[in-house]
Amino acid sequence: MIRLGIDVGGTNTDAVLVDGNAVRHAVKTATTADVGGGIVAALKRLLAESAVDTGSIDAVMIGTTHFTNAVVQRCSVARVAAVRVGLPAAATLEPFVDWPPDLRAMVKGPTFMIRGGHEVDGMPIAPFDRTAMKEVARRIADAGVGSVGVCAVFSPLNFAAEQEAAEILEATVPGISVTRSHELGRIGLLARENVTLLNACLVALARRTAEGFVRALADSGIRAPLYITQNDGTVSLASQAARFPVHCFASGPTNSLRGAAFLSGLKDAMVVDVGGTTSDVGCLRHGFPREANNTVEVGGVRTAFRMPDLLSIGLGGGTLVDPADPRRIGPVSVGYQLTERALVFGGQETTLTDVAVAARLLELGDRDRVARLDKAFVTAALARSHTMLEESVDRMKTDAGDVPLIAVGGGCFLVPDKMAGVSTVVHVPHQGVANAVGAAIAQVSGEVDQIFQGLSREVALDKARALASDRAVKAGAAAPTLSVVEQEDIPLSYLPGNSLRVRVRVVGDIARTT
Amino acid sequence: MTAAPRRITLDDLESFAIGAWILGTGGGGEPYHSLLEARQHWAEGKSVDLIDPLALGDDDLIACVGQMGAPLAMQEKMCDGPVIARTITMMEEYLGKKFKAIMLWEVGGNNGLQPFLAGAILGLPVVDCDAMGRAFPQADMTTFAICDLPAYPWTMVDIRKNTVIFSQAEDWSWMERMTRKVCTTFGSAAATCKAPRVGREVKVASCLHTVSKAMRIGRTVQAARTAHADPIAAVVESEHGLLLFHGKVKDVMRRTTDGWLRGTVVLEGLDENRGESFRVDFQNEFSVGWQNDQVRVTVPDLICIMDTVSGEAVGTETIRYGQRVTVVALPAPAILMSPKGLKHVGPRAFGYDLDFKSIFPEAAR
Repeated sequence: MIRLGIDVGGTNTDAVLVDGNAVRHAVKTATTADVGGGIVAALKRLLAESAVDTGSIDAVMIGTTHFTNAVVQRCSVARVAAVRVGLPAAATLEPFVDWPPDLRAMVKGPTFMIRGGHEVDGMPIAPFDRTAMKEVARRIADAGVGSVGVCAVFSPLNFAAEQEAAEILEATVPGISVTRSHELGRIGLLARENVTLLNACLVALARRTAEGFVRALADSGIRAPLYITQNDGTVSLASQAARFPVHCFASGPTNSLRGAAFLSGLKDAMVVDVGGTTSDVGCLRHGFPREANNTVEVGGVRTAFRMPDLLSIGLGGGTLVDPADPRRIGPVSVGYQLTERALVFGGQETTLTDVAVAARLLELGDRDRVARLDKAFVTAALARSHTMLEESVDRMKTDAGDVPLIAVGGGCFLVPDKMAGVSTVVHVPHQGVANAVGAAIAQVSGEVDQIFQGLSREVALDKARALASDRAVKAGAAAPTLSVVEQEDIPLSYLPGNSLRVRVRVVGDIARTT
Repeated sequence: MTAAPRRITLDDLESFAIGAWILGTGGGGEPYHSLLEARQHWAEGKSVDLIDPLALGDDDLIACVGQMGAPLAMQEKMCDGPVIARTITMMEEYLGKKFKAIMLWEVGGNNGLQPFLAGAILGLPVVDCDAMGRAFPQADMTTFAICDLPAYPWTMVDIRKNTVIFSQAEDWSWMERMTRKVCTTFGSAAATCKAPRVGREVKVASCLHTVSKAMRIGRTVQAARTAHADPIAAVVESEHGLLLFHGKVKDVMRRTTDGWLRGTVVLEGLDENRGESFRVDFQNEFSVGWQNDQVRVTVPDLICIMDTVSGEAVGTETIRYGQRVTVVALPAPAILMSPKGLKHVGPRAFGYDLDFKSIFPEAAR
């Protein structure tokens, strides 16, 4: 089985060719403003250097931080309309209420609350206000927004109100994209609504990006199916991912953590992924990324995602160092413009890459261009970046004893060999492209979300688990590697026969065919 | 000696919410929504004074407010301040008298925050005490019930502003039964203004200074987080609690029945508890915990489940499969552990054929 893994980061686009259990070839190229250009360049090099037959590639997996970066950096997000169906419930806290003001200013379009939605027992809170909804749809059409998030009270139990609102919107506003909250989240109105609105503000970008991916693959002569990696380390088809970009938010760090485990063979370790813009510190437990427990914030927006527990700091290869004070590092990075703006490439700005070249930790660009950097300046800047990494690792540690630290990412030359609280700093082959490796080895999942009637809870859960496992195996998972990652049941008291809505998600490694 | 009234800041409320959520023992609802609403009121220049119950005049009329119902319902419908404020004005209209201040029905969870929203809207101070010292699912599980104070009148309001006044009830358990029916009809959530109290009653029959206590617990958590220390260990030490179990959620069974959220959480042990199991039943709040099928802790001892890393309390409506959590016990107020108190809030009051034996040694109490 031959898989291509691609990681599109803010600075670099990496591509690897994984053949069964081995990394056959890896390349690193600069990300381009149009994203697709970088992929084409990476694939061109990978295919030429590895001389692989494009027809033998079974699947292409792309991981990208593009959507998270859009939210975090406040760019390429669309203005969206919000419709909440639930009055007179939840009247004081409007949609976007807990968003950071700068992001709200960019994303918040016309916002409406109308009567409707359901109680926990399935009774309507109030009859769905069709007249008001039609007026809302007309005003959204007049406002000229292309995307809307719809969230009804208790839609995870009964999504009729969201469905009806979406139908009116689609009939009134041609071409509008509607994100329905029950497709994305669970009980907890504000967190589900936030996820819905985040998704709505990214769908246009996601569609363009996915189209760019598809084109880049076609331009490279690859016909294998294209998958996009998700928050939990599994993949979904590109067309599906384009509808739900929020599912791809944490795929970058998830991939680098899983890639680090794959490359090192370690199951329990800390991992630091030093990229061009940030360093992410995470933790591997039993071979899987340790998950953040409670609410997770994305770009300051409170959500209920399941994501790896990460600490991100603004420290990477492209991070700027203040020429007047080497202890002032970041958080601004030159990003993908490293090859134009860094000193070693003839630019005018001092980056940590320049510092590392001057310290002979790295061979890149023209070393003569950093000869004028003072030795004391270089030493002080490195010492400061080491301290920043050391503090981050310490904050993420949950063991009192020393633990191994796997260093990955394009900027891992910044990780010192000795750190407090760390038993060994582990360097592995292909460490610079660990997240592309993580994408290539992404898992597959099987999901069940259905209503069971007339069964005891135990039997319903067993059935759902068996069904989900079956679907995972059909999707290509190896049966012995399956594990349940999500399991939730909600009794639906308004339906007869002990009705239970059960959601189960099972994931497993891709079965290796010989 | 009584404390002077003090102006409650948003920072105070943020700390209070953390502590109240821990004292909620899984129930009382997540305080986040009320905090968001409080930020809006405070941004408009409103605020609330906290007053010492011991400084109340004997005849000062005090409103007792809180939300009743299933926490799961409130996660979707939320608890708007204007609805809770309406229960108070309704009671004033019924009595033909004005309240001097508002007190907390239960300090635990979101219910601890509700009086502050009502106070900000109506311009009334909040008294530093409550009727549970924690959170409990029923009206007859309060210090006022334990002290045999009258259970009526009650006002109840829902999100549609449907209103009911219960003008009389034979006792607290009748009031609980009647109001529960209405609460369920309202969609398993209702705002209530319970039987009004006077200062004289509050001074002798409530849990004193529990707002300050929750604030102190919140500050302990915040200080530990800032210092990258373990917030759970910090709370256990400062509140003389016990650390019971460290594990991962293996199963959550939840049912919304009769206006309550009932169910069971099963944990599998991690680290020092590897190979062991812990099971906790709940009726809105955690009620009984079994370690390896042996009863380990029961109400009225406080059974708190906290996020192992952040130290944040985990509610019965939010706890989920795979979560890493720590079970902690905190001591209950003495009045709840008296023989009369145990009749109202001991394991038998929750339907368990168990005698209460505190997990805390006598000397530590």
